[in-house]
Amino acid sequence: MIHKPWWKILTFLILMYVCTMGFLVDIPKLDGRLQHSVRNLFFHVPMWITMMTLFSTSVVYAILYLRKPSSKYDIYSLEFARTGLIFSFLGLATGAIWANYQWGAPWSGDPKQNGAAIAVLIYCAYFVLRGSLTDDEKKARIGAVYNIFAFFMLFPTIWILPRLVESLHPGGLGSEGNPGLNPNDTTSAMKMVMVPAFIGWSLLGVWIATLRVRVALLKEKQLNNE
Amino acid sequence: MNKLKQIGATIAFAILSVFANAQTATAESHDIMRSNGKVYVVMAVVVTIVLGLFLYLISLDRKISKLERKS
Repeated sequence: MIHKPWWKILTFLILMYVCTMGFLVDIPKLDGRLQHSVRNLFFHVPMWITMMTLFSTSVVYAILYLRKPSSKYDIYSLEFARTGLIFSFLGLATGAIWANYQWGAPWSGDPKQNGAAIAVLIYCAYFVLRGSLTDDEKKARIGAVYNIFAFFMLFPTIWILPRLVESLHPGGLGSEGNPGLNPNDTTSAMKMVMVPAFIGWSLLGVWIATLRVRVALLKEKQLNNE
Repeated sequence: MNKLKQIGATIAFAILSVFANAQTATAESHDIMRSNGKVYVVMAVVVTIVLGLFLYLISLDRKISKLERKS
């Protein structure tokens, strides 16, 4: 699967569609609040969706490793987490840029911002933990256990807690549901770009992660041959 | 490998056509690139960046494939 070219071509086509239609699609006139910055829906939000996709894949491989210890599963788990972390940094950075012009400051201690930062730090600790162990098997096993813990911290910090309190992110009043973009601010035409954006950017993340996996597998093979 | 070359050529020609259009567009002052607060200039920048990243990814992918075939 990871060597098949069709999904890479699909990624390219989807992202080209997103990067052009993201600017061409008509946006609603929301009393001048968001203006064109609402188009960040096709670029900032998918960073987080991609991070979720990669971290979810990572935790699946962590569980597979604990069921049947094989260094292949560990490599998949590690490299998907690594790429996911890159996308979470991109999400924080792009969010800060948007917040600077929308909320007046790059960081205003918004519950969703804080929650995302905590989640990112928890994932950073995964790499610190792995780096502090010297034995490869221990590294993989403890890493896998911690990975599961980190994943189950990720959900409350970015999906549940921001929904319970008031947030600068629209719709963060608990009952309204989505602490991302207010569903009333988007049109069906925008959703036609948003959904491909989520899929396209996620596929791009998966592509980068599989490249890292392949390099790691090659390195391992080399070590075994020596 | 040939397939990749074909795809590369298609992309290259697509970019060329954009440049070709840009040349004729400068003649009129109210073309699409200058409308809407020049937001489409940003679109061109984003498309170029993403295209560049894709070309880089494709070259990495091919390099790794070559290594895999060797070992």
